[in-house]
Amino acid sequence: MQVTITVNGLPYTREVEPRLLLVHFLRDELNLTGTHWGCDTSNCGVCTVQLDGVPVKSCTVLAVMADGHEVTTVEGLERDGELDAVQKGFMECHGLQCGFCTPGMLLTARWLLDREPHPDEGTIREAISGQLCRCTGYENIVKSIQRAAEL
Amino acid sequence: MSFGRMHRKEDARFIRGRGNYVDDVRLPGMLHGAILRSPHAHARILSIDTSAAEAHPKVRAVITGQTLAGLNLAWMPTLSNDVQAVLATDKVRFQGQEVAFVVAEDAYSARDALELIEVDYEPLDAVVDARRALDEDSPVIRDDLEGRTSNRIFDWEAGDRERTDAIFAGAEVTINQDMIYPRVHPAPLETCGAVADFDKVTGKLTVWCPTQAPHAHRTLYALVAGLPEHKIRVISPDIGGGFGGKVGIYPGYVCAIVGSIVTGRPVKWMEDRSENLMATAFARDYHMSGEVAATRDGVIQAIRVKVLADHGAFNGTAQPTKFPAGFFHVFTGSYDLQAAHCEVTGVYTNKAPGGVAYACSFRVTEAVYLVERLIDVLAAELGLDPAELRLRNLLKPDQFPYTSPTGWEYDSGDYIKTMRMAMDIAGYDKLRAEQADKRARGELMGIGISFFTEAVGAGPRKHMDILGLGMADGAELRVHPTGKAVLRVSCQSQGQGHETTFAQIVGHELGIPADDVEVVHGDTDQTPFGLGTYGSRSTPVSGAATAIVARKVRERARLVAAAMLECSPDDLDWQIDESAEGRAGSWAVRGDPASRKSMQEIALAAHSALELPDGVEGHLDAVTVYNPPNLTYPFGAYICVVDVDPGTGQVKVRRFVAVDDCGVRINPMIVEGQIHGGLADGVGMALMQVMAFDEEGNHLGASFMDYLLPTSMECPSWELGETVTPSPHHPLGAKGVGESATVGSPPAVVNAVVDALAPYGIRHADMPLTPANVWRVIQGDPFRTDLAIP
Repeated sequence: MQVTITVNGLPYTREVEPRLLLVHFLRDELNLTGTHWGCDTSNCGVCTVQLDGVPVKSCTVLAVMADGHEVTTVEGLERDGELDAVQKGFMECHGLQCGFCTPGMLLTARWLLDREPHPDEGTIREAISGQLCRCTGYENIVKSIQRAAEL
Repeated sequence: MSFGRMHRKEDARFIRGRGNYVDDVRLPGMLHGAILRSPHAHARILSIDTSAAEAHPKVRAVITGQTLAGLNLAWMPTLSNDVQAVLATDKVRFQGQEVAFVVAEDAYSARDALELIEVDYEPLDAVVDARRALDEDSPVIRDDLEGRTSNRIFDWEAGDRERTDAIFAGAEVTINQDMIYPRVHPAPLETCGAVADFDKVTGKLTVWCPTQAPHAHRTLYALVAGLPEHKIRVISPDIGGGFGGKVGIYPGYVCAIVGSIVTGRPVKWMEDRSENLMATAFARDYHMSGEVAATRDGVIQAIRVKVLADHGAFNGTAQPTKFPAGFFHVFTGSYDLQAAHCEVTGVYTNKAPGGVAYACSFRVTEAVYLVERLIDVLAAELGLDPAELRLRNLLKPDQFPYTSPTGWEYDSGDYIKTMRMAMDIAGYDKLRAEQADKRARGELMGIGISFFTEAVGAGPRKHMDILGLGMADGAELRVHPTGKAVLRVSCQSQGQGHETTFAQIVGHELGIPADDVEVVHGDTDQTPFGLGTYGSRSTPVSGAATAIVARKVRERARLVAAAMLECSPDDLDWQIDESAEGRAGSWAVRGDPASRKSMQEIALAAHSALELPDGVEGHLDAVTVYNPPNLTYPFGAYICVVDVDPGTGQVKVRRFVAVDDCGVRINPMIVEGQIHGGLADGVGMALMQVMAFDEEGNHLGASFMDYLLPTSMECPSWELGETVTPSPHHPLGAKGVGESATVGSPPAVVNAVVDALAPYGIRHADMPLTPANVWRVIQGDPFRTDLAIP
C-alpha cells in the first residue's frame, strides 16, 4: 500500500506492507533511528512519538494508520539549531543515563508542557507513567521536566 | 572543573536521537536473522524439517543444530566452564531455548519463515522446583555430559564450620529463617542483538553487539570458533542498559556470525522482548536457610547458612572462576561476628541459564538480603528495635581494614556515622512514634532498615579470573601536540557516563579541562585489553588504570618540562591553578613558580624539535595495566517507609532514605543517578518483579504485561545522603557504586513491609510483595512466590 506520512514537517511517500509498524517505518524506511523499540506489548514506551501532537506508542500503530497524518519524532525537536526546552532540561538535570527511553520521554514531556506549562510533580509522574526507565529511578526525569518548564 | 558535577558529554547525542545502538547499525546488503525457540521446558527433538522455510523466496539460509554440529559449533563454553547448546541437537532443556536460525532479506520475512519449520518433539518431565532437582526420581537434565547421573552442579562451602557450630551449640539465643530470593531478570530496555560481518577476502570478522565485556567476547569467539583473535573485532556501540545481562555470549550472537559466514553477507539478529525475558541471563533464584546465634542482649555471634542455587539448564553464571557462588560468602555483612559458615549447592533445572546478572555484584545482593532479613528476625525475637540492634553490632572505624570470618578484607568504613545520618534524615524516632499512633488506629505502617557492605571491583588477578582471563584492566593515554588527550579504556558504559567520568579523571590528573579529553571505549581494535564493565568494577579497576596512566604521562611531562626550563626534573613541582578555567596544571620550578610550563606547552614541546635528554622519548603518551590489590567495599544505610492497605495488600512506598558511602565521588551527579536507578530496582524486586514457572516449566513472566517493572508511580522521590570514607588502596580513594542501591534496597523494602505486618505476628514474607502475596501472608496461607504449582 502507498502511504504519505508527514514526519517532522516533511511529507514522505512510501510503498509499505499493510502490517508494517510505524516504529519500523520510521526506523527502517526513513532511517530515523532515534525512535527505539523495546517490547511487543505497549508497556515500555521507548517507541513513543507524537501522532498529530499526541504521544502514541509507535509499536502499536500501523504505518497505514498514520497515512495522511503528522508524526513528530525526537529528531524533530531541535529547531534551527536550537534545542527544545525539554532537551535542555534533560541535559541539565541528568534526566538520562543509557539514553534508550529518552526520546520517548522527551516527546511526552513536550506534549505535557504544551498542555500544561507548569505541571506539579504528581502530574509529571502520571504523564510519564506509561513509559519505563530502568536507569534513573525517574527522579531526575521529573526534575528535568520541571526544569524545562522554567526554560 | 575536575571532580564535581559536570554535565555528561554523551547526552548531546542521546537527547537528539543520535545514539548508535546495535539495532541502529545498518550495513549494505545486510540480512536479518530470527530464532525458532522451544515451546517445551524439556523434550527430545525427534526431527526438524526446514524444507518449507528454505523454500521461502526471501530466505537465504536456515541453520539448525545439525548444521552447527558440522562446524563443531553446536555447543559453546559458558562463563562457568560448562557448555551450552547454541542450537539444540539432542534435547531442549528450557522453554525458549534456541532450536533453529533463519536468515532472510528482511526481519519480517525471517519471522514468517520460522512458522514454516516443523519440529517433532517428544515431551519429557520437567524439573521446575529446585528443591526436587536432586530427588532420586528426578529426570537427569544434562545427559549430554558424560557420566552425569544427577542434577547436582556443585557443592561449595566457605567459613569455619566447627567454630560456627560450637558457637551455635552454646548460644543464648538462636533464630532461623528460610527465604527465597526469587528469579528475576535485569530487563534492560534495549534487548540483546548483534550484527555480524565476515569478510571472506580479509578473513576479518566484525561483530557489533551490546556487550559489557568486548575484549572477553573477542577472546571467547577466538576460542569457540577457532578464528584468529587478531581477525576479530568486537564493537560494543551505545548500550541501552545492561545491568549484568549483557556480559555473556548468547546463542544468537554465534548464530549471526555463522549466518554471515554462510551467506557471505552481514547478518543482524535482534531478539524481541519475550525472547529477552525467557532466554537471556536471569538473576538470583537462591533458596536460603539462615540462622543467627546471639546473646540475649543482642550481640550477634555467628551466622550459618544453607543455600540451594537454581542455575537453570546450563551453568552459565558470569563470575570469577574460583567462586561458584560468586561473592555470596560476604554474607556476614557489616557486623562484627566471631564465626560464620555457608554451604551452597548448585542444581540444574529446566529453566534458562544465568544466575549472576542484574547489578548483583556477584551475588552480594543475595548475601545482603539474607543477613539484613535475619537481623530483623532476630530483632523481633529479642524485642529490640532493629536500628538499635544494628548499631550494637556494626563494625567500628578502628576495626578497618577488617578481615571477615569468611576471609574478605574490608578496606575502609565508618558505619555508625552513615547509619546515624540515615536515621537523622528519616527522622527515625518520629517515624516510630507515628507508627505507634497508626497501629493504635489499626493502620499498617512499616519502617525498614538495611545496612549493606558491598564487595566490588573484581579483582586481584591472583584470586580472580573469568575462564582463565585475569581481571586486570589496561588503559592508554595520548596527549596530542595541542594538549588535547585521547584515553582508551577496555570497560564499556551501558549508561554509566564513562565518557564524562573518565575524562574528569584524566583532566584531574593532567590539569587540563575534561572537555579536552576524548574517551574511546567499546571497540576491541581501538582499546587495550580488559575485562569490561560489571560488578561495579569500572571506577575501581579501569578508573584506577586511568588515574595511573595519567600520572605516568604527567611524569613524562615533567622530564619534558625540565628540558624546556633547562633544569633538573627534581627541581620541579606539580602546580594546579584552581582558579583557571578547567583547573590548569603545570610543572613549575621550585621556589620560582613563575617559571613553569603548562601541560599544553609541554605537549607541544614533546612533539617539537626540542632536544630531549637521553632516555626521554618524545611525544606524550603512556600505557598501563592495573591489577587491583583488593576489592573496594562501599557501604550504606537505607531506610524505607511503607503504608500497607490491610484490605487489598497494596504496599505504597512513602519514603526512601539512602545514605551511601562510595569513597571519593568523581562526578556526584552521576553517582546519585546510579543510586536512584538502583533504588527503583530494589522497589521493583521487593514488590513486583518475579519470573515464576508453572509445573510444566512454562515461563509466567515472558512479557512486560506479566513481568512488572516499577514506573514513576511506584517510585517515591528518593532522599539521598552521603558520607565519604576513601578507599585506602584506590589511587583516587574511589569505590564502585553502580550496584550498591540494587544490593541494599530490597531488604529495606521487605523489612518495612514485614514491620508493617508485625501486628499479625508475621516475621517474614518472600518477595515479590505484590498485593495478592501480601494479602495471602496476612491470611496465613503458605505459598511459594517462585512457582505456580498447586
